[in-house]
Amino acid sequence: MNQENNQEEKSFWEKLLSIDRRIIFLFIAVAIAVPLFFKVSMHIPVTPIVRGVYDAIEELPAGSKVLVSFDYDPGSMPELQPMAEAFFRHCFRKDLKVIIMGLWPQGPLQANMALEEVFKDEDIKAKNLQYGIDYVNLGFTAGNEVVIDRMGHSFEESYPKDGQGTPLSELPLMKGVKNYDNVDLIYSLSAGYPGTQEWVQYAVDVFHVKLAAGNTAVQAPSMYPYVQTGQLAGVLGGMKGGAEYETVLGIPGIAVRYMFSQAVAHAVICLFIIIGNLAFFSLRKRKRS
Amino acid sequence: MRREVPLVLTAMVGLTMIIAHFIPPLNILKDMFEDWFFIIAAFAIYLGVLNLLRINADKIYKKQRDWPFGIVVILGFLVITIPGLFFSGGRSFSEVGTPFYYLYIHVYYPLSATMFALLAFFVASASYRAFRARNVEATMLLVAAFVLMLGRVPIGDWITVWLPEGYRLGNAADWIMDFPQTAGQRAIMIGIALGLVSSALRVILGLERTYMGGD
Amino acid sequence: MIKTHTPFFESKSTFFFLIFLLAILFLLTPFPVEAQETSEVEGEPVEEAEAPLPAPPANVTAKDIPNDKGGAITISWEKSADDGEGANNVTEYEILRSTNRDEGYEHIGNTAPGATSFSDSDTKNKVRYFYKIKVISLAGTSLSLPSNPAFSKVQWFDLSRLTLFILALIIGFAIFYFINSAKTGKELFIRKIAGLEAVDDAVGRATEMGRKIIFIPGIMDMDSMQTIAGVTILGRVAKLAAEYETKLEVPVSRSLVMVTCRETVKEAYLNAGRPDAYNDNMVYYLTDDQFGYAAALDGLFIREKPAVVFLQGQFYAESLILAETANSIGAIQIAGTAMPSQLPFFVACCDYTLIGEELFAASAYLSKDPKLLGSLKGQDVGKFIFLLVIFAGVVLLTLNSVFGWNLPNLAEKLF
Repeated sequence: MNQENNQEEKSFWEKLLSIDRRIIFLFIAVAIAVPLFFKVSMHIPVTPIVRGVYDAIEELPAGSKVLVSFDYDPGSMPELQPMAEAFFRHCFRKDLKVIIMGLWPQGPLQANMALEEVFKDEDIKAKNLQYGIDYVNLGFTAGNEVVIDRMGHSFEESYPKDGQGTPLSELPLMKGVKNYDNVDLIYSLSAGYPGTQEWVQYAVDVFHVKLAAGNTAVQAPSMYPYVQTGQLAGVLGGMKGGAEYETVLGIPGIAVRYMFSQAVAHAVICLFIIIGNLAFFSLRKRKRS
Repeated sequence: MRREVPLVLTAMVGLTMIIAHFIPPLNILKDMFEDWFFIIAAFAIYLGVLNLLRINADKIYKKQRDWPFGIVVILGFLVITIPGLFFSGGRSFSEVGTPFYYLYIHVYYPLSATMFALLAFFVASASYRAFRARNVEATMLLVAAFVLMLGRVPIGDWITVWLPEGYRLGNAADWIMDFPQTAGQRAIMIGIALGLVSSALRVILGLERTYMGGD
Repeated sequence: MIKTHTPFFESKSTFFFLIFLLAILFLLTPFPVEAQETSEVEGEPVEEAEAPLPAPPANVTAKDIPNDKGGAITISWEKSADDGEGANNVTEYEILRSTNRDEGYEHIGNTAPGATSFSDSDTKNKVRYFYKIKVISLAGTSLSLPSNPAFSKVQWFDLSRLTLFILALIIGFAIFYFINSAKTGKELFIRKIAGLEAVDDAVGRATEMGRKIIFIPGIMDMDSMQTIAGVTILGRVAKLAAEYETKLEVPVSRSLVMVTCRETVKEAYLNAGRPDAYNDNMVYYLTDDQFGYAAALDGLFIREKPAVVFLQGQFYAESLILAETANSIGAIQIAGTAMPSQLPFFVACCDYTLIGEELFAASAYLSKDPKLLGSLKGQDVGKFIFLLVIFAGVVLLTLNSVFGWNLPNLAEKLF
């Protein structure tokens, strides 16, 4: 009887170790999808690296100009779009002027999507923000880091016209904005190349601009060295970073809402890792004995 | 001449860009080369598009393997390009409300987001397979992964709420991100930067010629 | 017509002239723009005092921006006392410039309230300029005194990059030295790189199994050094595939990469004495789109079930999708990238991973060309210098924080 049980146990652990990955996929799908239907508020502590981004924008006086570079595509939207919307809300509530650009072709479109959402807010609607006066969208231009370098000398060399074909000289907001010296902060929303790293290398190191960033969770760890050296004011990393930013702003949005789903998914992955290791150790012990 | 001209051009442009970084008056040349790069980068987009159309048209014409998918590619290209170029207000094609914007939101965005979402599943299966405590180093990796996975979401602090503030799982995760992780990133970045310098010098000096096709 | 009998108005023309003067006076009187407020007590109008003009900015100084090619002057000033304090009604600053201290000032730019500097990047070298700052507020404008004269000039060397220049010289010199040293026949030790050693075995395995090799040179264009490094490894793999008569497929994401890879593979087949086995369709373009490319490759892996998958180049988020799919079909994977964010995924999923600079070392390692090997040694000198500097920094900062020794200035200057 004992031998039969041992054989059953053995095959159970072996089965666990070589489990069909589609079962794992199913568990993950349920772990992510089901919590979306529950409204669970979680306490989200704000880390210093996110507070750096918040402070960089908060300390700007009304009328300051912020250049924001949208360097991502729809694939990274779940992580970066909440940051973009929160950023716009922060800027418009502080009466900052926003200059939008994109080093990725999809970037300016993502900006328009974020603006569309933000303009639904009653308090921002009441400000009656005008294109060309309170914000402009310069659109996309090819050239990657060369664009960043060139803008250090002159914005018009890289962007003679905005995304709608209006010459920069005809936009009231761009009067007096020649290069980075006339911009108070640069904010990079980035999912890859070109992105925050290029902004650090070509804008911060060469022209000594102040830079804050929002990155995907996989890219954010690479930016930590730049924060420690002061080249970056702060970094928002992934949906968690977006949720922290929304929390410190006091405007909980999509990122905060979806944190419960992400938390459950992480817990399920940890559970699978525990199960995998239990199976691994059981088999190893059996082999040794 | 086929090899010599590109080598000379590469050396000339490469050395100018390096020297211009230290000698400001040479920035005029640097700006000129950057202008050329802008033009080439813009045309490279057209080159890619033309190539895509040519290859798939060829596939359909010669009825090569999987040729129906070539029709799908070309149709998809036309469905996005024609509304974008002719029916979306010219330069304002990316504004809210245009047909291009509609296609972007309802076709391109879901497709792109779906592919990116695959990563969530693959991360789970890769973690299940890779994080085994085979030896000391693997165990350290496992523990760090655990702390980070739970500490980077609110559940980590919730589990360790009984610990004093500043000593919870979230704080441990932040410490790992701020110190060991950053140190490792920095070391890899320094190594990569040096590798890039060496490789770039080889290309500029003509020692490395693979980019021209063969040796 | 008003009839009056006072003596002053005996003359009608005088009277009408007086009326005319009164009318002019009435029209010219500047009535207040805002309505007069009445106090809480009815019948007692309260007159609002006229707001004073803003305090002008002080200490306007101009100087040449250092370490540039000329044509730029930086202007700084102390902000108006009514900016952020006092009346707190400043709306912007206007910057004015002239070549004459007293006249001819023209507008060159604006800044937001709170600003205390501006860069004029449109100056002619060796021409003397003067600047004034006009503060604009809700109450009016005020003008500062002129600045000192300043002129822009060319600096022939950017002194702010001196440290970088010296470091570049040292590393460059080291690379040249070891290249020359290698040319003289001196043997240079390079440690084994497991991923590159496994290339031959992997191609052999594919030959035995009768299945194909798929080589992916990253998703970036030929301007990326990682792509160039990947294409170098492709040359080696293609030569082996030609010799062993193993099928090789190279789906790429960029048209220029396709052209280069075709040349490389063709050359490799030629060198292996198998030009007849080469076919242009071995290297083909899929799409520029990141996830479109990943989806196409995933389908290829599942359908074709290659024995070996090479992932050598610059990758982004699609790296895990590709590596995990290739793992699921049981292929041997040899990956290499210099993207720190993607390395963990490759390490977790692939059999061998070239980490960072190992990818760049591939061309030297595989070709065993002394010149290329020499450049590797030179790069190690650079790494040694960095190690020394980091160690020195750690020691200095530790001594400073633990013992309070007065070394912060030195440490800060160095680091």
